[in-house]
Amino acid sequence: MKLTVWTYEGPPHVGAMRVATAMRDLHYVLHAPQGDTYADLLFTMIERRDHRPPVTYTTFKERDLGADTADLFRRSCQAAYERFRPEAMIVGASCTAELIQDDPGGIAERMGLPVPVIALDLPSYQRKENFGADETFYRIARALARPCEKTARPSVNLIGPTALGFRHRDDVTELTALLSDMGVEVNVCAPMGATPSDITRLGAAHANVLMYPETGESACRWMERDLGLPFTKSIPIGVGGVRDFVAEVADLLGVAPGLDTDRLRLPWYSASVDSTYLTGKRVFLFGDGTHVRAMARVARDEMGFEVAGMGCYNREQARAVRAVATEMGVEALITDDYLEVEAAIEAAAPELILGTQMERHIGKRLGIPCAVISAPVHVQDFPARYAPVMGIEGANVLFDTLVHPLVMGLEEHLLTMFRADPEFHDAAGPSHHGGHAPLVAAEEGGAGPRAPVAESPRDISAKKTEGGGATGAIEVVWLAAAERELKKIPFFVRGKAKRNTEAFAAARGETEISVDTLYEAKAHYAR
Amino acid sequence: MTERFAQASGQGCRNAPVLKQRGQHEVFCGLTSIVWLHRKMPDAFFLVVGSRTCAHLLQSAAGVMIFAEPRFATAILEETDLAGLADAHEELDRVVHELLARRPDIRRLFLVGSCPSEVIKLDLAVAAERLTAVHAPQVRVQSYSGSGIETTFTQGEDTCLAAMVPDLPAGPEGPEARELIVAGALPDVVEDQMRDLLAKIGIDAVHVLPAAREATRFGVGPGSRVALVQPFLGDTLAALERRGARHVAAPMPFGAEGTTAWFHAIAEAFGIPPEVVDRAVAAPKARAERAVAQAAEALRGRSVFFFPDSQLEVPLARFLTRECGMEAVEVGTPFLHRQVLDGDLALLDEGPTLSEGQDVDLQLDRVRAARPDLTVCGLGLANPLEAEGLSTKWSIELVFTPVHFYEQAGDLAGLFSRPLRRRDALKVGAVQPPAMP
Repeated sequence: MKLTVWTYEGPPHVGAMRVATAMRDLHYVLHAPQGDTYADLLFTMIERRDHRPPVTYTTFKERDLGADTADLFRRSCQAAYERFRPEAMIVGASCTAELIQDDPGGIAERMGLPVPVIALDLPSYQRKENFGADETFYRIARALARPCEKTARPSVNLIGPTALGFRHRDDVTELTALLSDMGVEVNVCAPMGATPSDITRLGAAHANVLMYPETGESACRWMERDLGLPFTKSIPIGVGGVRDFVAEVADLLGVAPGLDTDRLRLPWYSASVDSTYLTGKRVFLFGDGTHVRAMARVARDEMGFEVAGMGCYNREQARAVRAVATEMGVEALITDDYLEVEAAIEAAAPELILGTQMERHIGKRLGIPCAVISAPVHVQDFPARYAPVMGIEGANVLFDTLVHPLVMGLEEHLLTMFRADPEFHDAAGPSHHGGHAPLVAAEEGGAGPRAPVAESPRDISAKKTEGGGATGAIEVVWLAAAERELKKIPFFVRGKAKRNTEAFAAARGETEISVDTLYEAKAHYAR
Repeated sequence: MTERFAQASGQGCRNAPVLKQRGQHEVFCGLTSIVWLHRKMPDAFFLVVGSRTCAHLLQSAAGVMIFAEPRFATAILEETDLAGLADAHEELDRVVHELLARRPDIRRLFLVGSCPSEVIKLDLAVAAERLTAVHAPQVRVQSYSGSGIETTFTQGEDTCLAAMVPDLPAGPEGPEARELIVAGALPDVVEDQMRDLLAKIGIDAVHVLPAAREATRFGVGPGSRVALVQPFLGDTLAALERRGARHVAAPMPFGAEGTTAWFHAIAEAFGIPPEVVDRAVAAPKARAERAVAQAAEALRGRSVFFFPDSQLEVPLARFLTRECGMEAVEVGTPFLHRQVLDGDLALLDEGPTLSEGQDVDLQLDRVRAARPDLTVCGLGLANPLEAEGLSTKWSIELVFTPVHFYEQAGDLAGLFSRPLRRRDALKVGAVQPPAMP
């Protein structure tokens, strides 16, 4: 039994729904109790889908448990086939149905439906959403894809984009164009937009582009083994990532590594003087493994940030994330415990968090700006505008995304100049934030019901975070004069100055901080 | 009944036939009610004993992760709990100790049963008793079921409140009415308005269930009268009646008419003449009528179709047809509790299809055929129906927003008129949802 406040991933059948909802002409019959239909709203509200997910739930109740739930499943399956006439069906159980062991796969197979029926075995009490999506797509590919004649021109499949993914919709568009520039066609994009008959043609491609290992790796590995399709390992996020990707695709397909950089703005924006202020900003990254390791590289190499900490919630990507963390000189945090992430961020005291929807809350509580770079995401992370994170335009989008929560150069300059001005004092904060985060009770906008008032008493994590705080064992006291001096430092660097001074004092075994200590620390850290 | 709340034509929908269908139910389970119950009881914590699905449902229903600091959590069952490798009760004790150590402010802890905990027959009542013995008097531990196999959406509040009743101390002797128990979670501001009006009528001994704090628990006995402010509290009512309390039957206090009838029924039960009520409510009632009339401009003459969801459907149909001039096409409800809904059914004109339970695909066929001006439905159906050109009102807002009594009557009508006004206001051409892979 595990105490859980928030969960980064849903149960595995939600992963299967992400695949089914992304595809066309596929129907999912899910043996599940009444209530599990809540998952529909993830797609219709958060992603604003205009159709219900193609899922039929058996919605059994207590009285059905005494009767014949297996027969209920059979009838639901038959009715779903007759109403929706899909090209193929997937069948499975949610957590409760797994316990009653009706064997949906076996029942569906014996029904002799005239379309392929693919049974899913997703262990709800061991695995989670990403596994569910990955496994489901692998089962579908394995059941339907067969060796077939290769396309005449070089082509690839785009593998991994699903419903509810972080910017999957626009990443597909961006990569399709990028590949087209290289003379490479997209044979099939799957799961997103693919029909079961498209899946049968996967083998016609010359290689697979594995966009998101979280949801497509098992299928790619199987296709490599059984259909002889090699797959890409680089993630085309950021300038470096895109260049690596182009080189890898060129190598796999034997085409010229062309990349049209006319629209690429990130390098110049990063080099322009306003961005000088971004130098050494300490960032903490947390999310799914793929986005975190790609974004860590962007943060350090393309934005000039310092990576103060990083980690992922999906254990499947732990090894890859650990490798990048080592390269960045930090220890990777691999956990799906929200409270642990909160404690780690508090201890690292970064100036910017790159995270998921969950880290937004952490940032709000700690007064640290946050940009979302990974699922799980909320309605505002499905923007109306075109906003990929992959490819050339993705790099441009990332520059904006990573800079927006911060005070920008010109603004920082003005804040310093007008520090004591009553209308432009430091407590007013950056113009686009509406005040300092710790004081802000403003709730996120967006879909979904909200209770009327912000929650007040804190907090389940209090005990835990105390022990993990940055100050450690030695209690350091600020003398009054030093504290006054500290307050003269602009607020946006004050946290860093305070932290550095305390660390400096602690390292010397000093328990009091005077004005001298403050300036000695400043000199010590000056570069 | 006096002429003040004259009935519709005869019996209204009291004896109307009910369409019952069995198929896919597109509804939340009872766990969802934790989202508003935990706000009403600031010293309570709700610990769901369930699966990752339960945790995911809660954060999705709660506005998809709006709160950083909830007073609810899930003890997620793992493979070892199910395989019998770990004693589930010992595990639960461990989790509860961990939780209470972190949250010393908790006075009430609810162990909430889920589908998996019901199926594996984990007896949470026994666990609650055991844990109370350990943690009393600091913390009272209680249990109830919010599982989808037993409860639908708002029924979770019913099972929660019903579970609190046996623990209430013995209360006022009968047979006359001495104290009033108002059952149903209301936002604080609404509760204050209600208490204020009841005091003006001359009823001061008023208790609300759920009490905001453990310390404000009250007694129940034959001298207690129970008025419901939510129609989904059938089990709670039955539990209170078993303790000797008597039901004050009344329409639900939605809109000026429902609210007035509700106060009159209570006054009558306490032997207070109707003129006292009329005097006390005159000003707020007039305000409510004005506010409703204004919001109802956009609603008059338009048709409404209810999918079954919150069990508020019958009282709301009564409000929308009688006070806002709408025409009800179908009034679907997950469960039709005739005793509780009697006052509302009597006022609802015959005509709409009354349906109980659901086969969502068949009901979608009906709504497409009827093409109502407004469809009241759950979050899973709203955007797909909008994409088909039907205006919708997502029903979950009705349990999160203050909608009861006079001062909120205009807001209640506004919840329904806003989607229609918005559709009229937008000049963006024919709305064609973008092609989505």
